[in-house]
Amino acid sequence: MSVDALAEAERPSAVESLPRTRRLDPAAIAAVMSRDITLFGRYWQSTTFSSIVQPVIYLLAFGLGLGSLVSHVGHLDYVQYVGTGVVATAVLFSSAFPGMFNTFIRWRFQRSYDAMLATPIDVEELITAEVLWISLRAGVYCVAPLLVAIAFGLSPAIGMLLVPFIGFVTAIGFASFGVVIAAVAKTIDNFNYVTSAVLTPMFLVAGTFFPISSFPLGLRIVAELNPLYHCVQLVRDAALDQLQVADLWHAAFLLVFAIAMWRLAIRLLGRQLID
Amino acid sequence: MLAVVSDQAIALRGVHKRFGSIAAVDGLQLTVPLGVCFGLLGPNGAGKSTTMRMLTAQAVADEGSITVLGLELPREGKQARRLMGVVPQLDNLDVELTCRQILDVFARLYRVPRARRAAAVDRALEIANLQPRADTIVRDLSGGMRRRLLVARGLIHEPRLVLLDEPTVGLDPQVRQELWSLIDRLRSSGVTVLMSTHYIEEAERLADIVAVMSAGRVIAEGTPEELVRAHAGEEVLEVYGPPEHLREVTELAERRGWPSRRSGPAVAILRAEQPAAGELPEGSRRPANLEDAFVALTGEEIE
Repeated sequence: MSVDALAEAERPSAVESLPRTRRLDPAAIAAVMSRDITLFGRYWQSTTFSSIVQPVIYLLAFGLGLGSLVSHVGHLDYVQYVGTGVVATAVLFSSAFPGMFNTFIRWRFQRSYDAMLATPIDVEELITAEVLWISLRAGVYCVAPLLVAIAFGLSPAIGMLLVPFIGFVTAIGFASFGVVIAAVAKTIDNFNYVTSAVLTPMFLVAGTFFPISSFPLGLRIVAELNPLYHCVQLVRDAALDQLQVADLWHAAFLLVFAIAMWRLAIRLLGRQLID
Repeated sequence: MLAVVSDQAIALRGVHKRFGSIAAVDGLQLTVPLGVCFGLLGPNGAGKSTTMRMLTAQAVADEGSITVLGLELPREGKQARRLMGVVPQLDNLDVELTCRQILDVFARLYRVPRARRAAAVDRALEIANLQPRADTIVRDLSGGMRRRLLVARGLIHEPRLVLLDEPTVGLDPQVRQELWSLIDRLRSSGVTVLMSTHYIEEAERLADIVAVMSAGRVIAEGTPEELVRAHAGEEVLEVYGPPEHLREVTELAERRGWPSRRSGPAVAILRAEQPAAGELPEGSRRPANLEDAFVALTGEEIE
């Protein structure tokens, strides 16, 4: 090991003065995200591949398969209906799964969170940065199914420009939900319960592939409480240039869900990260 | 705001930390002066790692006060962490990143200004002698290199205080020597080092002051020489022989009130300079060392 580098201890320290600490310091959040971005540089190909191939499969299966039986849902072509539904599905899967698995693995197995919390980062900044990164990624990648749907015959519309933002806000809620699950799970196998009992029904009972209006009243109420349902409605109205007043309700629901889950994630995981 | 400077790098007063019914730290008093290499020596389970975690506010004490570089923990933990570097016991490197990428991320986490970041990364690579491996991903590094990278990561922001938690645990002797010389240079450059270890030789070789920890508190403190003189005397007589002879020697020591212990195949009688020469059994004399003092203090044999 080199002696010279240490011998230069005379020169000014890299950190000279201490600015007063602030909550949710943007520099702290950017630093945590720089790690995510660097890691992403190693696996972006596989993420990009799956985020394009998955909607293609859904659109082929539902569009060509079910679409041959069902030509319209309400006033919409089935490709319009499913194409926009798949966007919401992509948001759910690209946020809830990383929220659960990345958090659990980085916290319990790789101890990356321990390493970062030994630096001037606090739990609130750490979790916020992780959720923000997942959500930015989900917001960008949920455009992929839309592009695929356009290739399948969906007409481009100006409102589609809103879709990444809708995806981003929804993803904050679901990524944080994933963090909450990671914080309370005893083992990584526990995620199976959540995947089969929460996420799968959530993704089906959201008006993604068939309308909830055909459901009995009880199930319709459940669907109305499903954040993914509100995401689907908002994406559909935006992508088809049919935004209406009711969409304010959907947007408000998603915002409240995002903020509540984000705070809950910080609270529950924070309790685990700090002894 | 400039960091409040005091002559103490670390001060713990009456610190308690319980996990369920277990008291990991139990009334800990500890003062680490600036500019020394301070060794926290104790067997596994003595509370060393918990103490280390409390110093970064990653664990919060149930009772007592903790001050690091004049900053009060856990309230000012974030400011305190800016001034210290931490080298954890367990490897928590991102295995898929290169050395340079990891150091760059940590330079950001420690808020090294953008203009100095590249130089800080190069300097850290140089300290750890990892320049030839700068662009190798961690998974492909040897255990010794990974450990050096962990040290470099904790030094990226040129901290005034470095916490080393069991820095050479599980390393082979040659790598251990390398790390020891690195820690020694760190101390010579004026950085305050707090090192926990359960290797007596490590404490003896590197630490200016050693605090012996047992069951969550400090039971003795001083320079290694002071500890040896106070708790093991000057000379140790080692008696070898068949088991029945050793049993007789142990019984003799007990009757006469000589402190003694089993030491591998021998019985060691401490403070052998005190009894008259004729009283002691046949054996070989050697100077007392820190291990003798440690065993006398804790009643435990460790490496």
